[in-house]
Amino acid sequence: MELTVGANQFFWTADKWSALYDDLAQGPVDRVVLGELVCSKRLPFYQDRIPEAVAALAAADKEVALTSLALITLKRERKLTAALAEMGVMVEINDLTALAHLPKGAGFWVGPLVNVYNEGTLAWLAGLGAKRVCLPPELPIASVGVLARAGADLGVAIEVWGHGRLPLAISGRCYHARLHKRGKDNCQFACEDDPDGLEVCTLEDQPFMAMNGVQTLSDSYACVDHQIERLAEAGVSSLRLSPQSQGFARLCQSYRDRLNGKIPAGAVADEARLIAPETRLSDGFLTGESGVTWSGGPASP
Amino acid sequence: MVMEIVCPAGTPAALRAAVKAGSHTVYCGFNDETNARNFPGLNFDRTEMREGVQFAHAHGAKVLVAINTFPRAGDQSIWHRAIDDAKDAGADAVILADPGLLDYAARRRPGLRLHLSVQAAAANADIINFYAEAFGIKRVVLPRVLSVPEIAAINSETDVETEVFVFGGLCVMAEGRCSLSSYATGLSPNMNGVCSPASHVEYQDNQGVLNARLGGYTIHRVGKGEPAPYPTLCKGCFSAGDQTGHLFEDPVSLNAEQLIPQLQKAGVTALKIEGRQRSKSYVAQVVRNFRSAVDALEAGRPMPEGMLARLSEGQAMTTGAYKKTWR
Repeated sequence: MELTVGANQFFWTADKWSALYDDLAQGPVDRVVLGELVCSKRLPFYQDRIPEAVAALAAADKEVALTSLALITLKRERKLTAALAEMGVMVEINDLTALAHLPKGAGFWVGPLVNVYNEGTLAWLAGLGAKRVCLPPELPIASVGVLARAGADLGVAIEVWGHGRLPLAISGRCYHARLHKRGKDNCQFACEDDPDGLEVCTLEDQPFMAMNGVQTLSDSYACVDHQIERLAEAGVSSLRLSPQSQGFARLCQSYRDRLNGKIPAGAVADEARLIAPETRLSDGFLTGESGVTWSGGPASP
Repeated sequence: MVMEIVCPAGTPAALRAAVKAGSHTVYCGFNDETNARNFPGLNFDRTEMREGVQFAHAHGAKVLVAINTFPRAGDQSIWHRAIDDAKDAGADAVILADPGLLDYAARRRPGLRLHLSVQAAAANADIINFYAEAFGIKRVVLPRVLSVPEIAAINSETDVETEVFVFGGLCVMAEGRCSLSSYATGLSPNMNGVCSPASHVEYQDNQGVLNARLGGYTIHRVGKGEPAPYPTLCKGCFSAGDQTGHLFEDPVSLNAEQLIPQLQKAGVTALKIEGRQRSKSYVAQVVRNFRSAVDALEAGRPMPEGMLARLSEGQAMTTGAYKKTWR
């Protein structure tokens, strides 16, 4: 199996953003998706760094794609999407709106925020030019297996969400702004203080979700460490790793070592907890009763 | 033209009540996982669907069949059969969200009118026109993340009819793109047709304080005697930073009855009422109210006011994203 780095979900400074892709150019991953997924207001802060990052990654023999936004509503966002299709780089669609702007017959990738739940939708997307699909994180492993087989027949590589906070919902309302009693248009970039999202707890102080502007994520970090053999057997071609602010290069290396058989099952989870001792892990969407559950022992450190 | 009232029916009795109360159109689903209100004891078997359509047609009303979950890989035939059976029952349209299903219906069941479900979250004219070109959809149910001016802008750029929610439950997340429920309970709107399911709700009385839990997470806490809202995840009470409260949305329901004139000006064709899980008397009352509102509008009379307040969840109501307060 290969490793794909998904679009960064968070709002980082331009320097931190560039440092991530400098690291990845040297890192043990096969492909990288970059660009703005969550909020179009963040893009101007690092937009001018994108061409250089794309060039550096391509020079290091990584496959590269630019993501569309996950929710496209405004005129400005529609224009941005149209411009994306003209940049001469592979596009990963994360809102079907992007399909309306791609040149007919152009190949594209499909990200985890597009609802590909079944063979019918996969075949329809393949007919339009989809070459690679990262499945929605909530799919159970039985569905993953069916879709990986269908993908093999259609010439579409199938990816699974491998590691990182799970994208659970996207909204027209910005929750970071709401928390600061502001509207979305006057958010004053409240999300920039939380480079991995802001923890949301229940009334019993149980960590549950993380807020990231208009996006809601899981508190737990999905981690497929204990599912890798089953995913390989199911025909999954690549694992998707989602950038995090601390120790991401180490995490990518750990997954590479695990795929190469250099380290045993459980070692990636151990590494994730060495990087951030408070990290709670989950793999329940694949095999558990609910998304939050973890097959590798107690969920909390 | 008078705006079309599209009313929910969870049972044949509710369908008949809605039609008699003056609903122009009723939407309903089969009693299985193919629809997004897959609740125990709700929805229509095949015979009930045929009879419901006959009853509605005899009274000049239309029936739309919602097949708006996302088919499970390996089991698509269940959803395909639902489309076939809706067509055979004489349904006036099917409401679909999954592109694979739209593709099936467009290619294999030509002539069947297709509406794009709110679960497809089509939030701009580009994607709506793309769906029209790809599958021939005739109407889109708009996601509840748009303001009235944004709806007007969409209508100016598309020939596809628009239908908007005006009353009942309110998703604050883009519909069909939310897995909060399956994260906590294993069951989701997209895969199972349920959100924050009753099977995973627990109420615990703790020394005069009532905790409402969903999938083991306490998301509401009220004193004795206070009304306890249903623990829907996005309307729960949480803490983040130094704040505790309804961080995503208050336990409110949508009521846009006073916005009907603006929605008409924005070019909206149909007004949709949420609530296939509601009783036939609720449905009849809501329909009568909205019907009198659109009839008043058509006749140039003033809108009747505030009749629906007491029917709303927890008495609190919102106009959602329509008034642009989210922006």
